[in-house]
Amino acid sequence: MKFDSPATTNPIDRGRVIGIPHDRIDGAAKVTGTAPYAYERHDAAPNAVYGWIVGSAIAKGRISAMDLRAAQAAPGVLGIVTHQNAGPLGKGDMNTAHLLGGPQIEHYEQAVALVIADTLENARDAARLVRIDYAPDKGRFDLAAERDRAAPPSGGFGGPADTRVGDFDGAFAKAAVKIDQSYTTPDQSHAMLEPHATTASWNGDRLTLWTANQMVAWNVGEIATTLKIPKENVRIVAPFIGGGFGAKLFLRADALLAALGARQVGRPVKVALARPQIPNNTTHRPATIQRIRIGADSNGVIDAIAHEVWSGDLPGGGAETAAQQTRLLYRGANRLTAHRLAVLDLPEGNAMRAPGEAVGLLALEAAMDELAEACGVDPVELRIRNDVQYDPEAGPQRPFSSRKLVECLRLGAERFGWNRRNPKPGQVRDGRWRIGMGVATAFRNNLVMKSGARIGVDAGGRVIVETDMTDIGTGSYTILAQTAAEMLGVPLDAVTVRLGDSRFPVSAGSGGQWGANSSTAGVYAAAAALRTKLAEKAGFPADKALFEDGLVRLGNQSQPLAQLAGREGLWAEDSMDYGDLAKRYAQATFGAHFCEVGVDIDTAEVRIRRMGGAFAAGRILNPKSARSQVIGAMTMGAGAALMEELVVDKRFGFFVNHDMAEYLVPVHADIPEQDVLFVEELDDKSSPMKAKGVGELGICGAGAAVANAIYNATGIRLRDYPLTIDRILGASSGHRVA
Amino acid sequence: MNAVSFTVNGREVHLQLDPRTTLLDALREHLHLTGTKKGCDHGQCGACTVMVEGRRINSCLTLAVMHDGESVTTVEGLGTPEKLHPMQRAFITHDGYQCGYCTPGQICSAVAVLEEIEAGIPSHATEDLDHVAFSDAEVRERMSGNICRCAAYPNIIAAIRECAGEKQA
Repeated sequence: MKFDSPATTNPIDRGRVIGIPHDRIDGAAKVTGTAPYAYERHDAAPNAVYGWIVGSAIAKGRISAMDLRAAQAAPGVLGIVTHQNAGPLGKGDMNTAHLLGGPQIEHYEQAVALVIADTLENARDAARLVRIDYAPDKGRFDLAAERDRAAPPSGGFGGPADTRVGDFDGAFAKAAVKIDQSYTTPDQSHAMLEPHATTASWNGDRLTLWTANQMVAWNVGEIATTLKIPKENVRIVAPFIGGGFGAKLFLRADALLAALGARQVGRPVKVALARPQIPNNTTHRPATIQRIRIGADSNGVIDAIAHEVWSGDLPGGGAETAAQQTRLLYRGANRLTAHRLAVLDLPEGNAMRAPGEAVGLLALEAAMDELAEACGVDPVELRIRNDVQYDPEAGPQRPFSSRKLVECLRLGAERFGWNRRNPKPGQVRDGRWRIGMGVATAFRNNLVMKSGARIGVDAGGRVIVETDMTDIGTGSYTILAQTAAEMLGVPLDAVTVRLGDSRFPVSAGSGGQWGANSSTAGVYAAAAALRTKLAEKAGFPADKALFEDGLVRLGNQSQPLAQLAGREGLWAEDSMDYGDLAKRYAQATFGAHFCEVGVDIDTAEVRIRRMGGAFAAGRILNPKSARSQVIGAMTMGAGAALMEELVVDKRFGFFVNHDMAEYLVPVHADIPEQDVLFVEELDDKSSPMKAKGVGELGICGAGAAVANAIYNATGIRLRDYPLTIDRILGASSGHRVA
Repeated sequence: MNAVSFTVNGREVHLQLDPRTTLLDALREHLHLTGTKKGCDHGQCGACTVMVEGRRINSCLTLAVMHDGESVTTVEGLGTPEKLHPMQRAFITHDGYQCGYCTPGQICSAVAVLEEIEAGIPSHATEDLDHVAFSDAEVRERMSGNICRCAAYPNIIAAIRECAGEKQA
């Protein structure tokens, strides 16, 4: 099915199952510990042995010698994979560095060996006996030092390196009010709870990977390319994934080395990255330096806006496209964005939840707060004044498909009690706490991806959905079941959903907040095909038949689905593909974040007292899981504002705080009640579901709302994230937070 | 190898274990009780929380051979998909999870936290040491060793609050 003109009324609009809050259908499996994750497949690979990865101890250079003798002689050791015996390997298109290093070393903790043993304990201990001599090279590890050598990156998801509209310099020079500030954001780690993990098994020349991966079809191709085997010989199974946030978009060392190890020892091998290996072995969100200039009239109406971003990555890597949202978010006839990419020899930078916007808005929305103050305009009102209903680079001929930012700001402000905010910073005290409120816009692009599914009715009338879509906590199981139930007129509990298997039709996968809308649209397409088949079998015209109560109905006539399906069952498969609606209409999701903080007058400890927001993201398919996505993302935004930072050792080129004790993320005690309002919206240009993405919207702007609240509480404006106690105290005038 | 015997979820088990085997790996790799999760293996995340002799611990931070003769309860011992423990039911009702990987640890911790409060064991957040009582702040403090990166925190608190209410009723 092709979606190339706006959706009209369709069965999803009935809203009997779609749009209603549902408990997750995979909930019982998760709360009882019976959902199988990648390292837990005793059922599928009962004789698996254990692999332990050895990571490089240098960031850049060469292995000059490897001595495996002691490790090979250790108890229980079955084999050791290194670059010397792995055979010729390719590199997947989406990997920047090689997943198995040697002799060349591209980054610290790059995998250089896999030790396989009969038990985990034996593999782990033998891995310590692998002796490696290195010839290190001098590396580049400091983004600020490399900034002037940064070059325009080549395309990718982020669009062109440079965009210009009108005459930014001229307009900025003439502006009544000018903001010109620089901000920095640090490297960040996904820190999902399940480490990267894979169980690999060969049957002849056929490979099966039970692996923690967000994108099944991508990675069938990537492992095939890397191992130089046909794609047809690879099966990937990923029914449950313990969080991803972008960390599991790509093929990683656990999967490749488990496959190589299993081939070497002739039996299944399982490999999980040890937690302290993850930040340096895998990908992270790259640090940024951002300069924002805004020129406005005295009422805060923007005439000139510029956002320039510097980030770094390994040679051949990509940029953190943090100026993306600035191309679309606010009005202004004169505009400029630029991305520059430096070469760094740190571990590989790549996508983490809302790449681009998540850190771009930490800067832009802080700058908007500064503009509001400079103009003496309320920060909510400032954003309303600068709303634009079309792509401001392209002009009115490219309107937004739907854009309810103003509604989000107004409704969110009302619910939060924004009118109680004192615009003058540092005025409100509650005992030992200085209190402040902040607001920020939420913005995240809406991407659509081709997605397929097959759907069937069995002899008992049960509906079965199969697609290689993944559920990384996003609630895919439930929304796909809701879609099937709505389309075929059956109750939710009459639907079985099977996910994450490359034997199923290729889906959009989970990334870039495209998963929910795209994968449900794929099920919509398959269900539409099945409706036609069922109606034809009933002898009804397909466009007139009604599907409800487990029946296909036409007037007074009806037939049960089970009967039509027959003993064999009836199946249909289709996918949803997209025309040029995303070109003709700018498509994005919007929201407004509000935050109240307390800052301790002596210690500068920041406590978030309240968080709330209003969000417009098209049809909300399952308000229950969508809300969880949003509050989870808001919390990750709070982490970005207050604590998350991979600290770079600029001498040796690695992230120092590479575990969950030292890379801090929010815990229960950090997060209060969070209020989420979904503003009613149907987007008929996004898909027949009229939904948009929502999984990343919540992180976009959340951290800036925290930062702006800290400013309102204290009068201290910090532009280097995270806003830690030492930085707040360092910026305060005396011994107390003034 | 060392012989070790303990009770897991009411069932007596006898194992020959490497002395280096953690309780977590004994459960996951030897007994195939994979409901207990390995998130960090260093006592930093709480995903491996189980109850030993009625008290919650990080099973990654203790060796299996240290628990000879003791009684271990894992998430599988609380309930099954067909017969859920009230806390498991409440986690579903309140969407107290997303990816599900920290969930068994959260649930074991939550069950134990309510018992700790009932037993009058104080925490950093306790205002009156003589009267330890349920409050959101108490629960947030006591649950902070269980990291949920999907950050279902308010939903988890709601689930625990519901179970605490049922306990008192």
